Amino acid sequence: MLEVRDLTKSFDGFQAVGGVSLDAPRGSIGAIIGPNGAGKTTLFNLITGHLRPDRGHVKLNGRDVTGIAPHDLCRLGVGRSFQRTNIFPRLTVFENVQAAFLSHRGRGWNLVAPVERLYRAETLGLLESIGLGDRAGEVAGFLSHGGQKQLELGLALALEPEILLLDEPTAGMSATETREAIRLIERIARERGLTLLFTEHDMSVVFSIAERITVLHQGRVIADGPPDDVRRDEAVRRVYLGERH
Amino acid sequence: MPDASFVFAQSLSGLTAAMFLFLIASGLSLIFGVLRVLNFAHGTFYMLGAYLAYQGMVWLGPGPGLFWLAALGAALAVALLGGVVERVLFRHLYGKEELYQLLFTYALGLILSDAAKIFWGTQQKSVSRPPELGGSFSLFGATIPQYNLFIIVLGPTIALAFWFVLQRTRAGRFIRAAALDRETLGALGVNVDALYTWVFMLASFLGGLGGALISPMRATTPGMDTEVIVEAFVVVVIGGLGSLWGTFLGAVVYGQVLSFGILFFPRFSIFAVFALMAAVLIIRPWGLLGRPLR
Amino acid sequence: MSGRGLAGLLVFAAALLVPVLGSRFYTFLANDVIIWALFATSLNLLVGYTGLVSFGHAAYFGVGAYVTGILMKKLAVPFLLAWPAAGVFGAACALVFGFFCVRLTRIYFAMLTLAFAQIVWAICFKWNELTGGEQGMPEIPYPDFGWLERLGASVPLLGGWRTAEYFYFLSTVLVAASLWALHRIVTSPFGRMLTTIRENAERAEFIGLNVRRYELAAFVLAGAFAGLAGGLFGIFNRGVFPDFAYWTKSSEVLIMTLLGGMGTFYGPSVGALVLILLNQQIVSYTQYWPLVLGTVLVVLLFGFPGGIAGAVGALSGRLFRRVRSA
Repeated sequence: MLEVRDLTKSFDGFQAVGGVSLDAPRGSIGAIIGPNGAGKTTLFNLITGHLRPDRGHVKLNGRDVTGIAPHDLCRLGVGRSFQRTNIFPRLTVFENVQAAFLSHRGRGWNLVAPVERLYRAETLGLLESIGLGDRAGEVAGFLSHGGQKQLELGLALALEPEILLLDEPTAGMSATETREAIRLIERIARERGLTLLFTEHDMSVVFSIAERITVLHQGRVIADGPPDDVRRDEAVRRVYLGERH
Repeated sequence: MPDASFVFAQSLSGLTAAMFLFLIASGLSLIFGVLRVLNFAHGTFYMLGAYLAYQGMVWLGPGPGLFWLAALGAALAVALLGGVVERVLFRHLYGKEELYQLLFTYALGLILSDAAKIFWGTQQKSVSRPPELGGSFSLFGATIPQYNLFIIVLGPTIALAFWFVLQRTRAGRFIRAAALDRETLGALGVNVDALYTWVFMLASFLGGLGGALISPMRATTPGMDTEVIVEAFVVVVIGGLGSLWGTFLGAVVYGQVLSFGILFFPRFSIFAVFALMAAVLIIRPWGLLGRPLR
Repeated sequence: MSGRGLAGLLVFAAALLVPVLGSRFYTFLANDVIIWALFATSLNLLVGYTGLVSFGHAAYFGVGAYVTGILMKKLAVPFLLAWPAAGVFGAACALVFGFFCVRLTRIYFAMLTLAFAQIVWAICFKWNELTGGEQGMPEIPYPDFGWLERLGASVPLLGGWRTAEYFYFLSTVLVAASLWALHRIVTSPFGRMLTTIRENAERAEFIGLNVRRYELAAFVLAGAFAGLAGGLFGIFNRGVFPDFAYWTKSSEVLIMTLLGGMGTFYGPSVGALVLILLNQQIVSYTQYWPLVLGTVLVVLLFGFPGGIAGAVGALSGRLFRRVRSA
């Protein structure tokens, strides 16, 4: 479904991502891991069009989408969440998700209809399914960190994506929150038949749900395959030696 | 086709205007580069420099050497005012969002310029040229007042002195460091608060000096400040916010465009200046010699 | 009808009643307020709703004023055509200028809006044949109210007003209609998209919004309504002058918008009312209005240590939801 080949990006001579290739088959759950600074977020930014690669391409269902504008990419079925929580802080939870529906269903250029009534059912339904149903009226900026991450997921889901790219979805969460978040994400992905690609620091998360793991180190792929293979991989052990998850 | 000496005279007149603009714009650029504040009140400091120079002349009376005393005194007084303003008011601006800063400095400008009206009224004030530079030279067939020539020489001199201070002195290194990373500098034990005050005073001094020195050439009126602040913005945009030589270059370009505009297309000269500003922003927003803002 | 709608209607009715008080001065003041209310609300579409701070909004105000003035005075075009033309030309200018401006951010954006406004001013200032140059164009004719006067012979309440008062009624109706239109726009899905851009442009991009296109649209709409305000103002002011486009005009309307409260729809209108009334009061005692204004601004700014947005944000968290449910 998603095919990444030889993506490379340098900033002022520093190579953040070098020749990265990976595949995300339809319906799979894949993880990208690596120490801080390995280039995970840069890789995501390259895939989702926030940055243009110096070299390499990205294909979605066979169609070349390298470097196309983010707003076009998400109309092709790519949903993304961000590492630093990226929501609309002064809008309510409801308004956040409703905005995504409005945009996705093509109502963004409607200048006359009153906006409150539109997509109420869909928005509330989505909020329920991700566990924010009772917080719909709260101002998004005042949600807890975990709540905001949930909202991020909601925003991505409202776009009815085929593939979800989640950048550190459990960053800053406690162990309990992490488990709940991962359960939620996995359930949603299975329910909707989504392809999932996420970056993570937390190894327990990764090994619990990922079918396929790509390991990045200093911008390059050093291992790629099923969890068991990666766990046993020499290069990976060297890189992670001494590093606790 | 106007003859060469006339063109030359126009060019010099453009250079003269440019040097005044350089004085005020360099202050603006300095405040923005180091303190990260766009100071709308800077035009008022320029105006106060002119009024204070006039006042100085009123007290001292005509006489050899007294104009220079009045001008220097005016610039120093403005610097002092700047120091007070910085300590009392500007402190609260650092780190606040830009809209807040702009509104604040604009309000400050309103207060100061009206204060000037209270003291000096609304009629035009004029200052006579210092007798030492009262004559004119003849250069390549054009007649240039000595005072203008003095200004034309003073501009680059100050620019060079400024450059020297920034690049070769300890204080200059601190200033440049503060422009890049205030916190680290503070962590290294430098009194950044005091540094900011000194920088602001220096910038105010330059602005006030510009106003004081222009007073023999142009009438001193209220409304000087709103005119000049826009011109200063044009200069720093063209040259590059935060760049010393950019400001100098921007001022020179502005002066030439204006004076040749007046010569060949008199009705388009003002238009040309702002069109140039727009063009620079469209093509190369950080100016000729500036660097992209972080 | 909702609470807010009712309040709006009451204000409209109250505005229409001002000439009944019989004072030319009050009518004059009210006319000033409502035109600036429209001008400031149009700017708020950019500043408050989209998060774009423009320093050159007076450009479209000036364009609108000159267009209506030139059409009515020099070409004897009736008001019915000359006024909408102000909006059209305001929009057209905003389209051209905005195309370049939305490609820049923050301070560069602000500087470019300023530059374009000064270009408009320079053209108005120097193009003597078209705009009257530095002297401007005095004596813009009032719209023809003859038909209204004749009607007033038979319909009670419609007859016997002075021309300036007829114009005031006309302005009130037109401004109310324009504000109603703006209100529809900001409470529409399009308006919601603008607020998402203001809140987080990066995120807005990633819910599928072509942010630049939306910003340009907001720019054009703001320019259109500013032009309409300008068209009214030229007639009201009995003359169109280059300073309508000068940067100080832009700063006046920006101050009204910010102080009145950019987090709400009616904030800028309130700002216009307060500032004009305050000006009127102060000016009758002293000529040092800028001093007073500056001091008031400084005091208010000091009173909000979190900055304007901080105070607005705290309020708007609640107010935004109230506006929406109206």
